[in-house]
Amino acid sequence: MRELINWLAEPIRSFPIFTFLFFMMMRYYKVVGTKKFGYWGLAISIPVVAWFCADPNFLAIILWPDNIPINIIIIMLTFLTWLSLYKCAENDKRIEAGECPIEALPENREKVWAWPNLVYTELFVIIATTIFLVVWAIIFKAPLEEPANVTWAPNPAKAPWYFLGLQEMLVYFDPWMAGVVLPGVIVVGLIAIPFIDTNPKGNGYYTFAERPLAITSFLFGWLVLWIYLIIVGTFLRGPNWTFYGPFEYWDFHKVVADYNVNLSEYVWIKILNVPMPKNLVLREIFGIIGTVAYLTVLPFLSLKTKIGKELYAKSGTIRYYIFVFLFIIMMSLPIKMVLRWLINLKYIVALPEWELNL
Amino acid sequence: MSEKGLAQKVRETQVWKSIFRHGPPDNARNRASVVAGNVFLHLHPIKLKKSGVQLGYTWCMGGLTFFIFLALTVTGLLLMFYYRPTAEYAYNDIIALKEHVPLGIMREIHRWGAHAMVITVWLHMFRVFMTGSYKPPREFNWGIGVILLVLTLLLSFTGYLLPWDQLAIWAITVGSNMAKATPFMGHGGPGAALAQIGDFVMVSDKNDVRFQLLAGRFVGEPALLRFYILHCVFIPLVVGVLIAIHFWRVRKDGGISAPL
Repeated sequence: MRELINWLAEPIRSFPIFTFLFFMMMRYYKVVGTKKFGYWGLAISIPVVAWFCADPNFLAIILWPDNIPINIIIIMLTFLTWLSLYKCAENDKRIEAGECPIEALPENREKVWAWPNLVYTELFVIIATTIFLVVWAIIFKAPLEEPANVTWAPNPAKAPWYFLGLQEMLVYFDPWMAGVVLPGVIVVGLIAIPFIDTNPKGNGYYTFAERPLAITSFLFGWLVLWIYLIIVGTFLRGPNWTFYGPFEYWDFHKVVADYNVNLSEYVWIKILNVPMPKNLVLREIFGIIGTVAYLTVLPFLSLKTKIGKELYAKSGTIRYYIFVFLFIIMMSLPIKMVLRWLINLKYIVALPEWELNL
Repeated sequence: MSEKGLAQKVRETQVWKSIFRHGPPDNARNRASVVAGNVFLHLHPIKLKKSGVQLGYTWCMGGLTFFIFLALTVTGLLLMFYYRPTAEYAYNDIIALKEHVPLGIMREIHRWGAHAMVITVWLHMFRVFMTGSYKPPREFNWGIGVILLVLTLLLSFTGYLLPWDQLAIWAITVGSNMAKATPFMGHGGPGAALAQIGDFVMVSDKNDVRFQLLAGRFVGEPALLRFYILHCVFIPLVVGVLIAIHFWRVRKDGGISAPL
């Protein structure tokens, strides 16, 4: 059983499983977003987690002090994702029946005094948080390792947990993409959200039915890409950034076959059976054409689909192109992951001479 | 003492009245005064929609982030009394903090609080997205929020170096090596090779963005000082200003979001 979970946890299998579960959750959010589902989920997950924790290798990694925050965020996120879907489902059922969302009911629109209604809630939350932080601080000492030594690097050298999604991206992209361009696009893309999403519905209340595309694409990036990669980077990457299953001991001598091939080598050598051209641009021409086509042709192709047509009519040319551009940049990560697993693809465009690898 | 309780007597003293100019908040007039007349409480509106005070709606993550930010400011100030940002003293000061300060959990609260703030900021953004609260008229405030999120991560990242242990310098080495690969601005990034006139290299490891960040070619003492100033003074000041704008705009854009 533990062997099976170790085997399933490898990104090549766990990523498709996680993606599938995510889309099932969005498809059947009205089933997920019920109290019954919530109670059953809790009842099943407690013994499962307890069984996981019975393993010393698993326990060692989740109890490592700097990993406590990621445990906390996983637990909170599971609950809050369920809570928001529950609230979405409640409101969507009401909206379907021609009623207003719960937040718009007259008793909820009613104005109440900040003192005591808001101030006392805040006081309670502040006291609870203070107790929580103090208890956390007493149980777990802040880590302090040996003094800094520039001549000896620990293995693995990991960034803080909230950056491990980016560090995990380094497996699939070069630093200029994983560390600079993609984070930049994430920040700019987040700021751009209100200007791209012109749907006036769902402002100030939970709903999924009135904004399915916005919620699905945001949650895909947030849960499936960002949080999933952090979990992999935190719990499943050991020495040399090699994959280790949740129950696997971090053996420094684990050997992994790692033989990745560039697209240009595939085309020139394996398919056309000729030596690689000397001219750099000619050598990488297929990858360059592919990348440019990905960024320019896809937005037009997407216009042929039903969703694309509707969105274009609603949001106009500029908004539509920015949305599709951000979306395909986001999707470049899962695409690159799948290509790596299927055909051991290293770079689509490999120009180490210009430090330009894609 | 027979007719009036002690609390009532205290309320009637000149000292009490000089601090709190209104009576107990048990009627409409005083409930308005208590919020409007207090510099801390006046961040709140006097009255607000009921949906905006429900924990199930707001998850209280934004307010919690602000509270943790304040807690980090206080614990951080206390830590500054014991800490010198030099390669010679930094690590030993942390050891001393651990061994000689009785009941010392300030470093623990500061460190776990920093992680908690990252969590609450992320969950705040998650909630704001799920309730569509970034939609007009709150687009600008969403943008301020995203910048605050980035600054929270930078605060946490710069603080990570200060204990000056193996965890610190190697986490920062991994992180700052990415800056080396910035297109055109890092010496290991695409486009840097183009910035060359004859033998004169314009972007090298002695002047690129990583050098500016670390004040050197590797994580050394100048980087420690730079991160210390960024962590304790520069970023908190910027964050403080942006928090003021963020809160101001929450109020000006109509308070906590609710159905139109």
